[in-house]
Amino acid sequence: MKKFTKLGAASALSLIIGASAAFAENIKIAFIDPLSGPFASTGTNGSHQFEFAADYMVNQKGGVLGGTNFEVVSFDNKMSPKESLIQLQVAIDQGIRYVVQGNSSGVANAITEAVEKHNKRNPDSRVLFLNYAAVDPALTNDKCNFWHFRFDANADIKMDALTDVMAQDETMKKVYIIGQDYSFGKAVAASAVENLSAKRPDVEIVGNELHPIGKVKDFTPYSRKIVASGADAIITGNWGADMLGLGKSVIENGFDGPIYTYYAAGSGMTAAFGESAKGRVRLISQGGINPIATEEARATYKAFKEKYPDGNIDQSRIFNVIGMLKTAIEAAGTADDVVAVANELEGMEYDSMWGGKLFMRPQDHQLIQDMNVGVHTDENIEFDYDNSGYGVLTESTVEMAAMDSPTTCKMKRP
Amino acid sequence: MELILVNIIDGLVTGLLLFMLSAGLTLIFSMMGVLNFAHASFYMLGAYFAYQISVALGFWMGLLLAPLIVGVLGAGVERYGLRRVHQYGHVPELIFTFGLALLIEELVQFLWGKNQMPYDVPEVLNFTAFAIAGNSIPAYKIFMIFISISIFIGLLYVLTKTRVGMIIQAALSYPRTVESLGHNVPLIFMGVFGVGTALAGVAGVIAGPVLGTFPGMAFVLGSIVFVTIVIGGLGSLWGALVASLLIGWITTFAKSYNILMSDILNGIGISTPENMSENIFRDLWSITSPQIADILPYILMVLILIFRPAGLFGKRES
Repeated sequence: MKKFTKLGAASALSLIIGASAAFAENIKIAFIDPLSGPFASTGTNGSHQFEFAADYMVNQKGGVLGGTNFEVVSFDNKMSPKESLIQLQVAIDQGIRYVVQGNSSGVANAITEAVEKHNKRNPDSRVLFLNYAAVDPALTNDKCNFWHFRFDANADIKMDALTDVMAQDETMKKVYIIGQDYSFGKAVAASAVENLSAKRPDVEIVGNELHPIGKVKDFTPYSRKIVASGADAIITGNWGADMLGLGKSVIENGFDGPIYTYYAAGSGMTAAFGESAKGRVRLISQGGINPIATEEARATYKAFKEKYPDGNIDQSRIFNVIGMLKTAIEAAGTADDVVAVANELEGMEYDSMWGGKLFMRPQDHQLIQDMNVGVHTDENIEFDYDNSGYGVLTESTVEMAAMDSPTTCKMKRP
Repeated sequence: MELILVNIIDGLVTGLLLFMLSAGLTLIFSMMGVLNFAHASFYMLGAYFAYQISVALGFWMGLLLAPLIVGVLGAGVERYGLRRVHQYGHVPELIFTFGLALLIEELVQFLWGKNQMPYDVPEVLNFTAFAIAGNSIPAYKIFMIFISISIFIGLLYVLTKTRVGMIIQAALSYPRTVESLGHNVPLIFMGVFGVGTALAGVAGVIAGPVLGTFPGMAFVLGSIVFVTIVIGGLGSLWGALVASLLIGWITTFAKSYNILMSDILNGIGISTPENMSENIFRDLWSITSPQIADILPYILMVLILIFRPAGLFGKRES
């Protein structure tokens, strides 16, 4: 009997060791973004897209380095920089070497600083920070570091492309700028003012204000101000619940001009805007999906819809993150030495399935890519958002936007 | 000038919405002495139920049925949850309602997901009622005002003019005496809890299409409801009304006008420091009224607690 117990215990132990060894083989990617609170839907949809991209683009195609799988581990940071740093530490303690985050540049600023410090102090467990959506220009300028890579265009690049389109509208005379009160909102506002005054000196900026992020219950008073100012167009960098609240409210309260945005699609927003915002809401983004660029992208989108019938690929750059990381790890021949992987990412040229070339600019780790301005509509939409029949149709494209834009980044390499 | 009128209407809508939430909460508090942390969650349930019903039966059935379901749920929570916890004192009650709030939020996310629901204003009310100097007032807002005012009048009538209302009022102050007169006090408690949560449900039904139906909606409104009943005086229906309207107007006006803190400070005779970048009050000088609009009610609450601890219309001195 005693023998049996011993045998049982030993086999159980070996099973556990075997299981954990199998887990250890996976290349883990920590996803640190809000999974609860007002921005939960944005974060959760991002996490689904990462999980799907890792599975579909890597694991189902034989993995990397001869069969190693990607595994996305999600951490809820409740949109707080403080909580993010705790979750980052938890991720690092679990042996995770790749961190992805995107929602809120405030959080990204905290993570990039913490990652830099950590990597300096712990050369044995260095991590890479792959930023897929936080677009505060400072992250690739004054605050840049070797461990941070940005896969979305920064707020300046986006505003440059967006104002190019806006400037063609001769009837636009007054513009209202409104955004969330934190680093990103301020960056958008500053960039909008700068670009507009350079491209259309005749346009008057009739309002430029910030509102608390994620705390506004009712945007009516803001809408009143916008309508009263006589604005012909609105520029906003709002996202998540703040974008939806603002958009619905200005339309309801009598604003009838175009609304130029960064993030007004998906996560329930497109469905909620519906008919009321048709042809009115425009957004700047990379990788448009209507019309879709390649057959590969079409197949990917369909596979995604099969797995998440209620989901959207509203951040197609997530697929670029996974694709480029895979390529870099393959080229470096290791996933453990993040310096080697980072060196591969630096200067990488990559063909995105969503169309266009991608170039990871070595001097500041800003990805240079095509920028699209799309419009919210239900015409010529192959892939709608939120199963609403409405989607975003690409109207114009700026190729390799801001390829030669200046940067103040002084990259220190290890 | 026209904008003032528009803001008065907008503030009224916000205020009345807040009133429907705080009315139930203040009644429940004065009766059972327990702050119902889950109150805003019933508001959220109201919106989600109404959305689900509106998909099948249209908005109006949602308006009718959702508050009923929420009210029955609320009564059930009182009967089978709170009443059992009640014997252990107030702290377990508080923890119970707090846990319930978390549970409801998770449940909503589990059933409906984390995305915003496409719960919209009904087609019949989706037009501009009238416009004041280019500012359109949606018909739905007028409808919201109408519903909230009728509920207030109905509630006031029931509480002050009917026999049921008198028993409730008596039970609020002297539950033991009322019980010994042969009235079923636990039943009254259950009824009031049910009606209170149903009111929150109504608020959810009519606010859902305007403020958005998403899992965070209870959280966004949760704390402000408590502020309202503290300002108005715990247990006072009139207090809840006045405080709600006050908060509605204060926040609306503060957000609609860019009043600069530097102007106010200059106005009371403090001159702007010349070297702003080195001044320790730099942030104070650059504040604008929309930035602090949402904390104004909290400042008001602190002031009320200092100068009139019982609240504007509160009777309790203890």
